[in-house]
Amino acid sequence: MGQTFAEKIFSKMAGRPVVPGTILTIRPDFVLTHDNSSAIFSTFKKMGGKKVNDPDQILIILDHIVPANDEKAATNHKTVRQFVKDQGVKNFYDGGRGICHQVVLEEGFALPGKFIVGSDSHTTTYGVMGAFSTGIGRSESAGIWATGTIWLKVPESMKIVLKGKPKPFVSSKDVLLHIAKLIKVDGALYKSVEFSGDYIDSIEIADRIIFTNMSVEIGAKNGYIAPDKKVFDYLEKRGIKKDSYQAIYPDADAEYAETLEIDVSEINPAAATPHSVDNVKDIADIKNLKVDQVLIGTCTNGRIEDFRVAASILRGKKINKDTRLLILPASSEIYIKAMEEGLFKIFIEAGGMILNPGCGPCLGAHEGIMAPGEVTVSTANRNFKGRMGCNQSDIYLVSPAVAAATAIKGFLTVPESK
Amino acid sequence: MAIIKGKVFVYGHDVNTDVIFPGKYTYTVTDPKEIASHSLEDEDPEFIKEVQPGDIIIAGKNFGCGSSREQAAFCFKYLGMGAIIAESYSRIYFRNCINAGLPALEIKNLLGKVKRGDTVEINTETGKVKLPDGSEVAFPPLPPEVDEIMQCGGLDEYIKAKLAGK
Repeated sequence: MGQTFAEKIFSKMAGRPVVPGTILTIRPDFVLTHDNSSAIFSTFKKMGGKKVNDPDQILIILDHIVPANDEKAATNHKTVRQFVKDQGVKNFYDGGRGICHQVVLEEGFALPGKFIVGSDSHTTTYGVMGAFSTGIGRSESAGIWATGTIWLKVPESMKIVLKGKPKPFVSSKDVLLHIAKLIKVDGALYKSVEFSGDYIDSIEIADRIIFTNMSVEIGAKNGYIAPDKKVFDYLEKRGIKKDSYQAIYPDADAEYAETLEIDVSEINPAAATPHSVDNVKDIADIKNLKVDQVLIGTCTNGRIEDFRVAASILRGKKINKDTRLLILPASSEIYIKAMEEGLFKIFIEAGGMILNPGCGPCLGAHEGIMAPGEVTVSTANRNFKGRMGCNQSDIYLVSPAVAAATAIKGFLTVPESK
Repeated sequence: MAIIKGKVFVYGHDVNTDVIFPGKYTYTVTDPKEIASHSLEDEDPEFIKEVQPGDIIIAGKNFGCGSSREQAAFCFKYLGMGAIIAESYSRIYFRNCINAGLPALEIKNLLGKVKRGDTVEINTETGKVKLPDGSEVAFPPLPPEVDEIMQCGGLDEYIKAKLAGK
């Protein structure tokens, strides 16, 4: 019997064939942490840790509250900078470089066949490159710093096959929201989800990322897309040769706990309405929703491709006078590109504000916190109550195209056909 | 015999970590007492006024979904709560409970059988929970590798022992 992607990579890590349900002690290639590294360091010391097991296994990227919004956050950052120096952690990126998940992709850590864990739930993102990646807690990150290892259970696998050609202005975000609506936020609980089909083959990496980034929003342990020429070319452009990694593919006769086939041509532009990612409605069915703030960006939809779409809609237009527009690029690299392409000029002239790369308003820590009674339309990945810092405000999750059109109208809307 | 007996608080499905421990506190609040004081703040503001050490949370599917922030599990540990019982957990949350040394039992179909303020009794040796009507339901044991962490009282003590044993 063949193996799924998860069964294969866990077998490789174990050095023997393993089946779902097996608990293994694994030495991951990388453990990612961010601003929480300061708290993790405290736990590490409590565990009796002195020198980390392997400094090269550690990736630290400051992104959650950058630049620091208060003394406490600044002190956390200072602790992390000192830790990195004392322990000889080479792979450290200070605030400003970008959101950890985008930086991990750009810096070439997320390679096909790599095994990555991180103390951030959206660590699932790297499956877009054919890596296994999943979120863990802070204490277990400290545990890996101390011992180099972590226990993990081999997951069952689920296959989601996406077929067909989408309607105009239907993006991968709409497709993902449609999946959440179908299987709900626990639809893939504990499972490794493999996304495939001719729709996946046809779209670019920036659009594929939505599926792996948000696979955690359907409960998955990890998301995976079989690496193809688009992935190899992306890496090649960054100077990473094909012989420096080993891609892992599921066998054709692998067995899946569940298989789901979806025709994307039937999907409409959609929004996840408050306060759950699976509470999804077609935009056409949400009437007269006045919007106070629009956020375009984050680790979900903060790439140059997303900003090009938004700029194509906002070019030469002004946003509604009662609506604020926030632009949040996922990395410094994207920031520069958007600047060079003149996209920021379009956003600023339309009345928008450009934020520094980072997590910013997405988790309600700083930058763009909402007031009671306000509505934000956002391209992020979560719309939980209180997520953006105020528990009496509403968040709607949408695609960049819908967000841009909404900023102009001041009401939730789909872009007008060209 | 290990008995955990306590008053229950009952919640529904998909209770996420943002309503258990809001994101705005994740990088600023570090004191255990203060972390505990924000428990379930955006889900049930009355909880923190009523909760007593040893109390038990009963919830539906996918408890603790969302962010990986472990304060959402540790806050209950810091309150001295007895256990959490849910139909299922988000996987990171389940791990965080084990790492906190906080019993997280998986039992289906309890919603509707218990109400807030009822008392239930967990017997960790027999693997059974006694409900208010006197009936008993079983829960599966943890795998031995994972139970070892619980037996140490959490991951920090487990790793400490491991490092010391080297």
